[in-house]
Amino acid sequence: MILLSAYSAVLLSFASGLLALLMNQRLMLLAISQAAFKKFNSGGGRFQTWLTGQLGEQQFPVFLKQAVFALLGLSGLFAVIAGLAVLLSKGVITDQIPLGLPWLPWHIRFDGLSGFFYLIIGIAVCAVSLYGPGYVSSYQENQHPFAALGLFTGLFVAGMLLVLLADDAFMFMIAWEMMSVASYFLVAFQHENPANRRAAFLYLLMAEVGALAIILAYGVLASFADGFTFDALRESKLSVTWASIAFVLALLGFGMKAGVVPVHVWLPEAHPVAPSHISALMSGVMLKVALYGLIRFSFDLLSEVHWQWGVVLLVLGTVSALGGILYAMMQPNLKRLLAYSSVENIGIIFMVLGLSMIFMANGHPQLAALGFLAALFHAFNHALFKNLLFLGAGILHHQTHELNIDMMGGLIKKMPKTSFLFLIGCMSISSLPLFNGFVSEWLAFQTALQVDVLDNGVLRSLIPVSAAALALTAALAAACFVKVFGLIFLGQARSRNSEKAQEVQDKGMLAAPALLAGLCFLLGIFPGIAIHLINNVAGQLLGQTLPNDSALGWLWLAPVSAEQASYSPPLVLIGALIAGCVSFWYLRRNPATAIRSAATWDCGFGGVSPRMQYSSSAFTMPFRRIFAKVWIIDEQIKKDLQGALDQDVAAVHYQLHIQDHSWPLIYMPIAQGVNTVAKQVGRIQTGNIRTYLGYSFATLLLLLWVIS
Amino acid sequence: MNWLIAILQTTLFVVLAPLLAGWLKWCKCHLQNRKAPSLLQPYRDLIKLTKKQPVVSEQASWLFIKAPYIIFSATVLAATVVPLIAVDLPTSASADVIVMVGFFAFARFFLALAGLDVGTAFGGMGSSREMTISSLAEPAMLMAVFTLTMTASTTNLSGAIAHVLHEGLVLRPSFVFALFALILVAIAETGRVPVDNPATHLELTMIHEAMILEFSGRHLALIEWASQLKLMLYGVLIANIFFPWGIAESFGASALGYGLLAILGKLMLLAVFLAIAETLVAKMRLFRVQEYLSFAYLLGLLGMLSHIILEASR
Repeated sequence: MILLSAYSAVLLSFASGLLALLMNQRLMLLAISQAAFKKFNSGGGRFQTWLTGQLGEQQFPVFLKQAVFALLGLSGLFAVIAGLAVLLSKGVITDQIPLGLPWLPWHIRFDGLSGFFYLIIGIAVCAVSLYGPGYVSSYQENQHPFAALGLFTGLFVAGMLLVLLADDAFMFMIAWEMMSVASYFLVAFQHENPANRRAAFLYLLMAEVGALAIILAYGVLASFADGFTFDALRESKLSVTWASIAFVLALLGFGMKAGVVPVHVWLPEAHPVAPSHISALMSGVMLKVALYGLIRFSFDLLSEVHWQWGVVLLVLGTVSALGGILYAMMQPNLKRLLAYSSVENIGIIFMVLGLSMIFMANGHPQLAALGFLAALFHAFNHALFKNLLFLGAGILHHQTHELNIDMMGGLIKKMPKTSFLFLIGCMSISSLPLFNGFVSEWLAFQTALQVDVLDNGVLRSLIPVSAAALALTAALAAACFVKVFGLIFLGQARSRNSEKAQEVQDKGMLAAPALLAGLCFLLGIFPGIAIHLINNVAGQLLGQTLPNDSALGWLWLAPVSAEQASYSPPLVLIGALIAGCVSFWYLRRNPATAIRSAATWDCGFGGVSPRMQYSSSAFTMPFRRIFAKVWIIDEQIKKDLQGALDQDVAAVHYQLHIQDHSWPLIYMPIAQGVNTVAKQVGRIQTGNIRTYLGYSFATLLLLLWVIS
Repeated sequence: MNWLIAILQTTLFVVLAPLLAGWLKWCKCHLQNRKAPSLLQPYRDLIKLTKKQPVVSEQASWLFIKAPYIIFSATVLAATVVPLIAVDLPTSASADVIVMVGFFAFARFFLALAGLDVGTAFGGMGSSREMTISSLAEPAMLMAVFTLTMTASTTNLSGAIAHVLHEGLVLRPSFVFALFALILVAIAETGRVPVDNPATHLELTMIHEAMILEFSGRHLALIEWASQLKLMLYGVLIANIFFPWGIAESFGASALGYGLLAILGKLMLLAVFLAIAETLVAKMRLFRVQEYLSFAYLLGLLGMLSHIILEASR
């Protein structure tokens, strides 16, 4: 039954893709359905009249789009049901499907870990399917065909779901490639812009290099096992060296997809250029699938975890978290900023996962379970709030046609609902108490503070430093999202487009972020729900649950023991409500002191204009000075001079370009190396038929010699 | 009964905060050969402000009007976590020291947004600087606090203070480092000299005042009160973590009274030190603050390392 709903999730997303493909044949489809409708049209109920309306010439494409997204939404719903069911039943379901090569059936396994990620994907897909119809309505059919978008969205979702179901390396790689290639087409969807094509190619390149690394990692494992099924791989006995090689390859492959520094460069290029609901899926969910791959590989397939791997993850995670948020802060493009912030959050997840490995290898499985739980919970939270923010960015783009933060402003009055939902997303991602982001960071801190149980002196001093880096990351994230919310929604409008902006009319486009914002708040107040679910995963995978998951009851969160640390979000919420209401009531009781509205204080000079406000680059200027070494900063100030002896400044032009260090340090040398090698190889390509015949002859001789 | 004492303690916190600010000002005035206002002047200011009609900019949104209440509530919530006169109260279990830092972040988030809301250059300047300084101060603060929590192996403030109390007077190098780190952070976070000067409105230097420039009436009163509360919170943190003696461990009337006297004495002494420091030291340039805060972070790190290397049980 559970497996059936898991399969239906995959099939429904396929079906939605195929239905979208029919968009190209919509006229024929319309004729067929009209004919069929006339044939069976017996009664005259309300449903019939509604259907007749939908089957009109004008209305039909819209109806078809809605049907595609409805199928996608159903797929998400089934994914949620399947995920929840398998998590609650604590079971492991295996199956075989006779697909693919005749002697290699696809092995299916659906356990707690897959179920948890199924849940993440399901929620995100549900939100996207609510949001989609309104969002895609702005695309011109002849320029951006819906058929392509819908087809690849369906394939993309199906691919992600199949990755989670896979129980052998073949099926895993097929599903993985399906996910990668389908998302490539989604990134390249608006291909009329050369920058988008370049971003898409970069994405495809890195996805394929990553896939190669994953194949090699499976290959290393398989060479010590008989077969490519995960069961066989689990049984393989590897020496420490080979296990480490396999781990490093897997880390490279999955890390590339997850966007860990320094292999993150595709992420800020590719995520902003895809349509917003696709960016939401890519940033919120696809990165999580990569995380799933890494967890499956290192915690499940590799029989033993070594603490050195944990240190690698910890260091990579710390660098990604700090680097991600520092780069995010400097971006004026909202979607690029959000993409960099995904790098940060993936970094946090890797950090905690590294801690979990360290504790695991040092014989503290309970603390390992705590770290594992914090990592998975943060993955879940990140999926929620990043989806919310990307969908919000999509609404903003839809309504203002801007993505540049410096061109917005004052939208809180024009778009009150969107701004409220976006505020919740910003507060969650800044890990403020009462929201879900805080709970997972709190758990991460609790994990790091258990360092006293370790014997190794290096680890004992490394882990607190990384905890402090986590604190710095959280504080920088708060600064970054104060900038985002403040510049977009507060103050005065900085451009005509944002001055004329209106609240989005489509109900679905608001319902999707509202659903996610509600979940963010709910999990912030009752984190016990999610923690209970993840505990089942930890129990299955690590053989150990949290020492103390509900010692104090559902009101409390006391991961290690009630004496060591406890946090009760509901009580905090009640306290906040009491304090807020008392002060509000006390101070507002006198009608004589009602608020008076007046012009902003302008120091007596008159005329506060929108251009006097702080801009994105102004807001981040102190950070740019303090952390100057982190970026390659190209700042140019040009003055137009005029008048006698060029003494008067007519205008000042300011230009700021911030570049990633990883390009000149890593990618340019690699690209040059590849070019040089290609040139060397080119030398033997003379273009002369005799030389080529000579090559063939030499090869033939060589092969004969090898055989004999 | 316990809940009653917890509520009483929070009320005491809120009520006493302006008095501490008044005492600090009194000391400072006397040190600088000025005539001091009455100790009760901060109360009079607050009452006066609450009676005035607030003027709100036409540009402001709902966030600007609600922000003072949010900021004040978040700070009060932070106060419920910190033991003032007694340890082991029920409220202190509902949130630990990381949550307390979270409450400060919450208040700061809304303060910075409110600064950006009216759309003036001053507000943006204040928000930008405040977020910069706090993002450097937060890791230093957590480093200092983690030294304590690792010694006591709990992040619950009340439990940690009880632990220090039971250990008796032990000179720990880690605590000395952490104490200095926390003092430096406290000065930065509460906007005192040399990081920020609460007495000026000079545009080149102001941080906190720039953000709240547009507030008036009861909104201003709430924000002022919240910042006085924050000052007292940091004072109580320093006093009770590193010198916890005198705090009540049982809930008898005499123990509580003794605890109140003890904390009042400690805070008065701390305020005298702060006043002397503010009189002696000049304000720093804004871009020197990073060096100051990285020094605080370094002290916190040293404290942590000396705990791990010198003091930990194995």
